[in-house]
Amino acid sequence: MSMNAITIASRELRSLFLSPLAWSILGVVQFIFAYIFLAQLNTFIQVQPQLATMENAPGATEFIATPLFATSAIIFMLVIPLITMRVIAGERANHSLAILFTAPISMTEIVIGKFLGVFGFLICMAVMLAIMPLSLAFVGSLDYGLFFSAWIGLVLLIASFAAIGIYMSSLTTQPTVAAISTFGILLMLWILDWSTNKVADANASGALEYLSMLRHFEAMAKGLFSSTDFMYFIIVSSTFLILSIRRLDGDRLQR
Amino acid sequence: MTTPLLMSIEHLTRQYGDLKAVDAVNFDLKRGEVLGFLGPNGAGKSTTMQMITGNLAPTAGKITINGIDLLDQPKLAKAEIGYLPEQPPLYTELTVEEYLIFCVKINGISRANQTTAINRAIDRCGLGDVKSRLISNLSKGYQQRVGIAQAIIHSPSIVILDEPTVGLDPIQIREIRKLIRELGNEHSVILSTHILPEVQMTCDRVQIIHKGKLVFNDSIECLNQSMQATSLIAQFESAPSTEALKAITNVDSIEDLGNHRFRISYLESPAKQIAIEAVNAKWGLIELSPEQKTLEQIFLEITSSEPSLEKTTKDVA
Repeated sequence: MSMNAITIASRELRSLFLSPLAWSILGVVQFIFAYIFLAQLNTFIQVQPQLATMENAPGATEFIATPLFATSAIIFMLVIPLITMRVIAGERANHSLAILFTAPISMTEIVIGKFLGVFGFLICMAVMLAIMPLSLAFVGSLDYGLFFSAWIGLVLLIASFAAIGIYMSSLTTQPTVAAISTFGILLMLWILDWSTNKVADANASGALEYLSMLRHFEAMAKGLFSSTDFMYFIIVSSTFLILSIRRLDGDRLQR
Repeated sequence: MTTPLLMSIEHLTRQYGDLKAVDAVNFDLKRGEVLGFLGPNGAGKSTTMQMITGNLAPTAGKITINGIDLLDQPKLAKAEIGYLPEQPPLYTELTVEEYLIFCVKINGISRANQTTAINRAIDRCGLGDVKSRLISNLSKGYQQRVGIAQAIIHSPSIVILDEPTVGLDPIQIREIRKLIRELGNEHSVILSTHILPEVQMTCDRVQIIHKGKLVFNDSIECLNQSMQATSLIAQFESAPSTEALKAITNVDSIEDLGNHRFRISYLESPAKQIAIEAVNAKWGLIELSPEQKTLEQIFLEITSSEPSLEKTTKDVA
């Protein structure tokens, strides 16, 4: 990608780190992550005696890391709307979009840049999260295959969340509206498969199941790294980014 | 091509639903010219500015900048434009310097020239003292300067300023106007405003837009001529009779404004005669001033006296 997108991404990242919102999110979320991690670790230590007697007993990765990532996915779903809400809507309210529209850069570069900025911030959070279970490698052994399959699954999931958030932010001038609608969509995509057993038609339930983000993430969190799940997240992310580009183009056209 | 025309706008139209905000506007901008774009609020000034900077797609029409079509090759054309919208597009959480570094990068200035470009813009806009301060902590006047710095940082051939003095105090207004005048030495400038004296002070040529249509396009001298006052306001301590005033040479008609004030309409200024009479007859002259026409009056006059705007624009072109 071009330099312009990287310039926009670094500006976005910089502004995020200059805002109290981002720091408070980082702090609060890290606290919750740490709590879940310690709780899992505690249980793991408590059940050690039983595990020792089992054949094929689950290791630290299976017992601590993957449940931690699975829970963190829900927390990401709650905080990502807050991070993406002002990415475009805020700039629109602040009238600063004009500087991007007047500069010799394309809408694609603007959207990709903004996505990379937000994604960079989320990667920071995901790395901070991964460090905790990784620290167990000092005292025991980790199943790195499973660990990274689950972590990459989480990263892909939050990339899709971010793309959806950016699109919702491109639709409005009010960041709060963007946040609420992003949250609504994420929740819908998340719970789609709950309703699958209520749908009688097998084809329909299969389609709903396929659309559910949870299903695709769950497989990766179990260490099943399939190209279908990988492509699902790539397609979701790029679809919403393309929609955002089109929406920004629409800003210039008829209203 | 050695055309002196830097920008040409043909048949530019923008429609919002049924409302024609800008209606078939044609105009040109020559190299090194400061063009005033004058109009009351809601006349279509900002819409025009947004279209010629690529922020808004026109419903119809053609915009050519330096021979490049803005709609066909936006990247190339936009490199020639610097734009300060009505609301300066600032990232207030950054410092002035950080903000300008961002501007220089997205405007595609090569790494080697970036520092020079930033320092030049800081210098020209007088931002040296505040460059490491947060934009959000600056006064409105300084924020406006940062906005101008952003518009000129990549040395564009055309600088477009949309109401740059709105909301500033008189001293700041004077400074910004001086800055605009200086910009005219190196760039072509389009200045949009609803303040008539601003155009008279800073521009070479003026265009008046009214209800989306271009109604006047001529040099400042022509505007001044068409603006020449045809009435005086006079106030006396002891009021003379209207007949006595009317008897003075060149006085056309008298209107009593109450409180011993009169509006004296004329064809050729009778100011000197009135003063002499007032002293001789001991009227106690308190005030005697030519009445300035308001922008609205000029619009009315222009719109009524020059019904064929096509002719005016063509004459200039």
